Parts: sequence; C-alpha cells; structure tokens
Amino acid sequence: MLLDFDFGVIIRSLPYLGQGMMLSLSLTLLAAAGSIVLGTILALMRLSGIGPLMWIGATWVNFFRSLPLLLVIFWFYFLVPLVVQRQVDAFQSALIGFILFEAAYYCEIMRSGILSISRGQASAGYALGLRYSQCMRFIVLPQAFRNMMPVLLTQTIILFQDTSLVFVVGLADFMTSAVTVAQRDSRLVELYVFAAFVYFVICYSGSLYVKYLQKKIHR
Amino acid sequence: MKYNWNWGILFEDPYFGWLISGIQWTLMVSAIAWIIAFSLGSIVGVARTVDSRWARGLGTAYVEGFRNVPLLVQMFLWFYVVPELVPEDLGRWMKRDMPFPEATSAILCLGTYTASRVAEQVRAGIESIPRGQKAAGYAMGLTTFQVYRHLLVPVGYRIIVPPLTSEFLTIFKNSSLALTIGVAEVLFQARQIENYTFQGFEAFTAATLIYLVVTMIVVLIMGYVEQRARIPGYGVQREP
Repeated sequence: MLLDFDFGVIIRSLPYLGQGMMLSLSLTLLAAAGSIVLGTILALMRLSGIGPLMWIGATWVNFFRSLPLLLVIFWFYFLVPLVVQRQVDAFQSALIGFILFEAAYYCEIMRSGILSISRGQASAGYALGLRYSQCMRFIVLPQAFRNMMPVLLTQTIILFQDTSLVFVVGLADFMTSAVTVAQRDSRLVELYVFAAFVYFVICYSGSLYVKYLQKKIHR
Repeated sequence: MKYNWNWGILFEDPYFGWLISGIQWTLMVSAIAWIIAFSLGSIVGVARTVDSRWARGLGTAYVEGFRNVPLLVQMFLWFYVVPELVPEDLGRWMKRDMPFPEATSAILCLGTYTASRVAEQVRAGIESIPRGQKAAGYAMGLTTFQVYRHLLVPVGYRIIVPPLTSEFLTIFKNSSLALTIGVAEVLFQARQIENYTFQGFEAFTAATLIYLVVTMIVVLIMGYVEQRARIPGYGVQREP
C-alpha cells in the first residue's frame, strides 16, 4: 500500500532510468524531424494537382492512419532485418517505423497549414517570377510552419508518448527501463507510478507551452 | 531477400482459429470500452461547459491527467497498480476472482482514456452551438438540466459525429495495446503465429488487412450515420 511506498528503489535506479529517458528523447527528436520532412513532402504531393502524386499521398495517409502504431512497430522490427539481410539495431527499425507512420499525421497538419496561406501569396510569388520550389521555400512553407507550430508541437508530444510503445520490441527507452527495474526489484507500484508522473510532467509542461504559443500567434 | 512464402498457413488449424478469436477479442474490448468512453466522456465534456467552477475544474483535471500519460503506462497502472491501491478486499478480489482480469483492465484503461478525448469533442460540440439557442431555452423557462437534456447535448452529438467516428477508430486501434498485459487480441495472435511458424510476413499481413477492413466498414457505416445526423447549416458542409 501507499505507506510502504519505497522511494529508495527509484533513487537507486535513477541513472539507469535517465539513460532510458535519453533514448526516448532522442528517438522522439529524430522521429519528429524525419516525419515532419516526410510529412511536408507528402502534403505537397497531396496538394500538387498531379493525379498519381495526389493518389500516393492520400493512400499513404489513409493507410497508416487505419493501422495501430504497435502493428507498424512489429512490421518494421520483423521486416527491416529481412530486407537488409543483417541484424539491425531495434532503434533503427523503430525509428524507420515511427517516421513512416507519423509522417501520415504530420502530413495532414502541414496540408492544412499550407491551405491556410491565401492563394494570393503564391500567385504573387509566381508573378514575381519565382519557380514553384522557390515560392514554396520562401513564401508558403515558412508561414505554414509558423501557423502550425502549436499543432506540430502537440503532435510531437503525442509522438513522445508513443515512443513508450517500443517496449514491445525491448528497446531500452524510459518505459522499458522502468519495467525492467520494476520486475527486477518487484517494485511495480513505485516504478509505474513514477513513470506516469515523469511522463505527465513532461507532456503537461509541453502542452502549457503550446497554449502559450497559441496565444502568441493569435495576438 | 530470402523468405519461404506460405500463405496457406493462415487458413490452417489452429492458426485460422487464433485469428478469428483475436478478432472477437479486439471487437469486444473496443466495443465495451467505447460504451464507457462515450458515457463517461459525455459527462466530463458537459462538466467542462457548465457554470460551476468546481465541475469545470474537475473536468479539466480529468482530461489533462489522462491525456498527458502514455496509454501504455496507463495500461500497466490499471493492471498492476490499481489492485494494490484499492481497499485490500477489493484488491484481492481483483487479483483472484475478477473474471478475465487482463481484458477487464484493458477495457477500463481504454474506456477511461478515450473518455478524455471524447470529452474534448463533446465540449467542442456544445461550445459550437450559438449562444442564442441556450438563451432561448432559458427564456422558454427550461431549467439548466433541461437545456442540456433537450437542446445542447442532442444538438452537440449531431455536430460531432465525424470526430466521434475517428475516436471510435482510435479506441479500436489502441485496443492492440492490450496485448502488453496479455489480452489475446488480433495483434497478439498474429505475433503468436509468427513465433510458432516463423511466417511473420503472412501473420502481420493478415493483421494489417483485418485492421484495414474493419476501419473501412466503420467509415462506411458512419458516413451513412453522418448523413442522417447532419443538421442543415451546422458544422462542415460537404460540397453538393
């Protein structure tokens, strides 16, 4: 019960849990960076007006959004070593899975971001003689990113929570480390409550920052 | 890539039966969890729109609490931690006599978590109703309860059919997390088939197809419901 809640076990394993948290954070950052880039490309494809590209973009988004992330993680854990014909790090296969999966969600965010920029801006760019790529790079995308910053961050917080799922392939992120310690020391209550607390503090501070950003943008 | 294909394995005994029972567990867990999510989420969502500061605060705390902890952690909390924290007798009952302890924990976990998301949709739906409607309700002499019962909640529901559909699909996809505490749902079975036969490609393809097909069916049904439920002039109108 709560009376014999043992903080000692948490303090003793802090360095180990800290390592796990570093892995969670680096997986989050790499996956977010990769999937924002891929998501933006997909969004541009969906808005390109070119039949086959639009189809690929739409199919990608609908396909991955119909699947559970857990299934995608299993797929890549199983598939990547088979394709490259050697043992790969669980980290790499998880990272690939996260990027391809989350790109579907970032794509929809970037798409509405690009659509939120009035067409006149792009037309003005073309009138000035800019190419499509220049127009996107200097006019539309910077503004779309700025408008969508709060939503992109919210999605990244979700991504951070989702990285806990790598537990199923035994990658030693924060969640897996907590489970390892919990089982080793038979201290399930302490470790799981602590894990929930840490995740909550990080994600809640993140969402407060998002609210602050939203206010700043709408001012 | 060297790989021995054997699609037939999926239809062999006992693997076919495993998949079928996996589908049943997935659907059952999702459906019961959805009932919890929908009812609890409606209550919390309404609480966030009423005048009482207390009710709003509690509603907000509920939503923030459940939204900011990963579902996997919540799954473990429900399964391993809750039985230790509740009164001793109840805890002992949960550990020893509760029927289907894994599935029950998973259902409670998915239900309460998704309730926090449904609550946000319900709140958004109610808040999108023009203020004049509420005022009109009061002007006609309705009590606050009646205004909610006959006006805000029914209209709100009809506005939020599309986002509720995606919340249901979320619960359906998230039900795969139940495998971490040992519920034998679709993905659990697919992985078990992989472990037994090393035909991972076939097993995961089967799971993928099952998720895609169920999603498509739900989207089709809800497209029809959405059409019937739409109130002219409210929400996003589809191009004619």
